[in-house]
Amino acid sequence: MQPQVEPGQTPGTDSLPQAPQEPLRHLLGLEHLSAEQIVQILDLAAQMKAVNSRRIKKLPTLRGVTVLTFFVENSTRTRMSFELAAKRLSADTMSFTASSSSLAKGETLIDTARNLEAMGPDIVIIRHSCSGAPALLARTVNCGIVNAGDGSHEHPTQGLLDIFTLRERLGDLRGKKVAIVGDIAHSRVARSNIFGLQKLGADVHVAGPATMLPPAIEQLGCTAWPRVEPAMEGADAIMMLRIQRERQGNDLIPSSHEYHRFFGLDERRLRLAKPGALVMHPGPMNRGVEIAPEVADGDQSVILQQVENGVAVRMAVLYLVAASRGLEPQG
Amino acid sequence: MRHLLSPQDLPADARVLLDRAAIDAVLAQMAKDIQAMAWPRDVELAPAERPRPWLCGIQRGGVAVARELAEVIARDFGWTPQLGAIDVTLYRDDTWLKGPRAVEGVTRLPGDVNGQRVLLVDDVLYTGRTIRAALNVLMDFGRPEAVRLVVMADRGGRELPIAADLVGQRLEVARNASAELCVDGQNRLQSVIVRPKNP
Repeated sequence: MQPQVEPGQTPGTDSLPQAPQEPLRHLLGLEHLSAEQIVQILDLAAQMKAVNSRRIKKLPTLRGVTVLTFFVENSTRTRMSFELAAKRLSADTMSFTASSSSLAKGETLIDTARNLEAMGPDIVIIRHSCSGAPALLARTVNCGIVNAGDGSHEHPTQGLLDIFTLRERLGDLRGKKVAIVGDIAHSRVARSNIFGLQKLGADVHVAGPATMLPPAIEQLGCTAWPRVEPAMEGADAIMMLRIQRERQGNDLIPSSHEYHRFFGLDERRLRLAKPGALVMHPGPMNRGVEIAPEVADGDQSVILQQVENGVAVRMAVLYLVAASRGLEPQG
Repeated sequence: MRHLLSPQDLPADARVLLDRAAIDAVLAQMAKDIQAMAWPRDVELAPAERPRPWLCGIQRGGVAVARELAEVIARDFGWTPQLGAIDVTLYRDDTWLKGPRAVEGVTRLPGDVNGQRVLLVDDVLYTGRTIRAALNVLMDFGRPEAVRLVVMADRGGRELPIAADLVGQRLEVARNASAELCVDGQNRLQSVIVRPKNP
């Protein structure tokens, strides 16, 4: 068995006692988490990942906890990943989707949420096309709220699983150059990664067509480029984003073909990055648009590891939110 | 488990119940008792065919005890037990009372647990709740032939119907005090101390 660093323990400070964790009552975004909280989630996720390779892939930890997935915007893999995470922790899961729900009949979000609350879930995992919807619910209902993506704001569990995958491969992220390329303006994945990666000391560069770069994006601390080459040069990892046509009011790029020529990641551009640099994509990917198939399927791609790590990271988040709520007086 | 990196780290209100010399004597006796321990299938097997038990320490104090116990067994009886580690954080019954805890360490077994003889090793046995959780962890990996509980110290105060098969040292510790294993920077055992519980 190969030697490994135990989760929660930095190499060199072998098993010195850890500081107690701060409660995580909701997970709305990475913007307001401390670096220590992020590391705690990732260390716990490493423990959860070990469970996912056992024959009995189940922990008794969240027995009796009810988890509701409340997806007002389409998603298959994120919802499945959360449901699998909840089930592996022995929680009960229910799902609620927009198309089959009363929201389609004109009920407000808050009324729907209050009705769901009356069924007594402990945690509500929400995806919504409006930025801020999870924060609104966190103020309205007495449940732990986990943001599974809100508008163009944040997608914190995607950010965490990306950072988990990066740390797994690169170790300490301090000083590591990460390029995030694509529709930065509409990407909640980009926003969560910018916040999270910078808290752990990474050097974040974003790039995309000028029409897809928000004017003040550098106020978040990252470096922005209207061309991809300077962002990719010497990068330790390149994260490609999907062009989200469903979020764009008007066409921001002339054509998919032109986008691929100027902004897509192909083997030639990948050679600008460090040898062995990681290729990442949050999915679903459009082959031949933002990423060339030979790169997506190449040796440097960790796209499927990202998906695998997603379950472990979401298990860690559900455990921390549920257990933090256990601290509060009942009733 | 407490780290004592220098003698000054010993809390002022602590009293030493077992020092290193006492621990050496306790470990030597425990190794002898493990050697003489009977297992369910012993009647069917010739002495040479009987499988050696694993030593699975409970994170983190039990892991340190298991490691040194294995060294004593190797020294005194000439075989080196395989070591495992069990973390019970996600199996605890007080998650809802005390909130999330830092994960203590990893769960790592030396191989397939099915049919295996397992010695579950802990530093100080108290309520029995950790042992209950550790048994559940073990059973989630499979069905061992038998599991025996080996503890370096037993302070009484059980809250569950659990008893150790082998106790290194019985201690008298009041309910409002805590008994702790102290180790150095390399996780080598140093002492067992008693001190008033944190208010």
